Amino acid sequence: MNGASRVSAGNGANLDRDRLTMALGTMWRIRAFEELAVRAQKEGLALGAIHPSIGQEAVAAGVCLNLRRDDLLLSTHRGHGHTLAKGADALAMMRELFGRAGGTCGGKGGSMHIADFDVGMLGANGVVAANITIAAGAAHSMRLLGSDRITVCIFGDGAINRGPFLEGLNWAKVFDLPVLFVCEDNIYSATTRSTSMTAGPGVAARAESLGIPAVAVDGNDVVAVDAAARAAIDAVRSGAGPQLLHCKTYRITGHTTADAALYRDPAEVDKWRESDPIARLADTLVADGAAPAVLDEERARAYAELEDIFAAARDTAWPDVAGAFSDVQDLGDPRERAY
Amino acid sequence: MHKLTYLEAGRRALIEEMRRDPRVWALGEDLGRGGVFGQYKGLAEMFGPARIADTPISEACIMGAAVGAAMTGTRPVVEMRFSDFALCAIDELVNQAAKARFMFGGQMRVPLVVREPVGMWRSSAAQHSQSLESWYTHIPGLVVVAPSTPADNLGLLKSAIRADDPVVYLEHKALWPLEGPVPEGEHLTPLGVADVAREGRDLTIVTWSAMRHASLKAAEALAKQGIEAEVVDLRTLWPWDRDAVFASVEKTGRLLVVQEAVSVSGFGAEIAASVAEALHHRLKSPVKRLGAPRIPVAYAPPLEDMARVTPDRITEAARAMCVHAEAV
Ligand SMILES: Cc1ncc(C[n+]2csc(CCOP(=O)(O)OP(=O)(O)O)c2C)c(N)n1
Ligand SMILES: [Mg+2]
Repeated sequence: MNGASRVSAGNGANLDRDRLTMALGTMWRIRAFEELAVRAQKEGLALGAIHPSIGQEAVAAGVCLNLRRDDLLLSTHRGHGHTLAKGADALAMMRELFGRAGGTCGGKGGSMHIADFDVGMLGANGVVAANITIAAGAAHSMRLLGSDRITVCIFGDGAINRGPFLEGLNWAKVFDLPVLFVCEDNIYSATTRSTSMTAGPGVAARAESLGIPAVAVDGNDVVAVDAAARAAIDAVRSGAGPQLLHCKTYRITGHTTADAALYRDPAEVDKWRESDPIARLADTLVADGAAPAVLDEERARAYAELEDIFAAARDTAWPDVAGAFSDVQDLGDPRERAY
Repeated sequence: MHKLTYLEAGRRALIEEMRRDPRVWALGEDLGRGGVFGQYKGLAEMFGPARIADTPISEACIMGAAVGAAMTGTRPVVEMRFSDFALCAIDELVNQAAKARFMFGGQMRVPLVVREPVGMWRSSAAQHSQSLESWYTHIPGLVVVAPSTPADNLGLLKSAIRADDPVVYLEHKALWPLEGPVPEGEHLTPLGVADVAREGRDLTIVTWSAMRHASLKAAEALAKQGIEAEVVDLRTLWPWDRDAVFASVEKTGRLLVVQEAVSVSGFGAEIAASVAEALHHRLKSPVKRLGAPRIPVAYAPPLEDMARVTPDRITEAARAMCVHAEAV
């Protein structure tokens, strides 16, 4: 459909510095967006529940680096990073968080229901694992339409204990669909350590038991995520059927902005802070010869952009209240009849 | 006009719509062999396995996949086999299909039809006999349709497939073999429009699905007793045809709602309340609902019958309303 906007991949030991600098910029934008979302919630601007993805940016950036604009992506309640990395407009997203006019969904969805169909982002989801079957269907639809767009479905480590995980993966394999499943494993499902609630060796083994090739990767190493995602996506594009990527990462904040995460050992958080995906990539690039000043520019640009966006979103009006009645249904449209 | 069964009419509707629109496809268990009741017989041969998709026993994924497919440019017709099994896919229908268009600010629509065979049928017992239409009428975003005749199963299913909304399409299992006249050419029945199945001056029976036929039988018995019942078959439950119902009750002054479902919190309550609110001054007797008692459907026929709304029960209820009012 749209012109492909694929970035050429660097391979092997030779780092593709432009590509990774781009990834760095994406990660800084996500970090800045999330930090401002957290601040916005403290100030009463962002409403409802906000699930920050601080610390998990390498998954979003590394996976989406390998996607075309018209490829399809389904995300979770913790979806800001994925959505930004897929190319959604950050101001529209921030407006959506603030419930304002011009939000991605006109202020009707909020953080957990951000979608931007123009960039193939088919939605975050407020229901854990629900996006997995929808992703299978989107891929099924692309097959029926003869399209070469692939579908990527990102879900958490908690999602693998819901039925739709089995149903969706089985479906994708049975129909041999072009889907990449990405398990963004941040160790926790809300306030619970997922391993304490998960029998067996975990997501990759479950996928492999269905004949779906699975690869585990350090989810805080964007170079590794990029390489693994590229390989998996190449396989998906070449018709090898569904693939799964298990990205091991960590949620630096609480589950939501309201969660102080006191159930975690502070030493655990500190250990993961040392593995910050953005700092790691910057170190890698500097070691490869990149100028630190150039990398700092990525950071400065991201924060400057997002600060402006924050202010613009704050200064945007509420949506017209008529919107509460529109986009519901054509037959039995509540604008004509709501009772 | 020629004769078709209710089942064949539904089959014809799908064939015609799949021929008309290559984006239409069907998915569900056992469809490759014609589906559990034979509604899809021969379709896999006609359209190929990609468009008549045989699926795993994964109701959540059948519905979820249909949502993903409908959001991305195809028009899935979902087969749920028994409406009871659709309960395994309630999140996908209620939280996803019904809400996606709204939540995402109208960026897309979810044009899918979910066929859910309902109702009591041959000692099918508690998990294969339910009529849960009121659950769906409660959900913003959904259209709910319950055809009762072969012609309507043709015309309503075609309209449902053409609709851009998610449509819950409730066929009644006991009606599969029912024969009736069906137009030969293109036949579309508009959604949201009731059918006055029988005219009468003394009372209005509002009903849908298989209860149309029980109500018509009751109306014949009532006619022998000098009571002329008007039978209004809603056909679409949301949006239901309020104008047709109100016009009929204005004329007759009496409303009896007849439903196969459990009466408590059934859709009949919505009709009864709407009429009571709007037309209380025209009513010659209180509105009345007839439906199943709040018991699961049993297996043994004499027990199963305890949940059944029969023509006799309808006749009795209607007569009591008319006689009582005359005595006042
Ligand atoms: C079906 C369902 N059950 C429970 C919840 C509440 N809930 C929201 S997020 C969450 C934890 C999910 O954990 P995981 O899948 O690992 O994602 P993470 O939050 O770690 O990104 C829970 C239980 C929900 N949204 N949906
Ligand atoms: Mg998790």
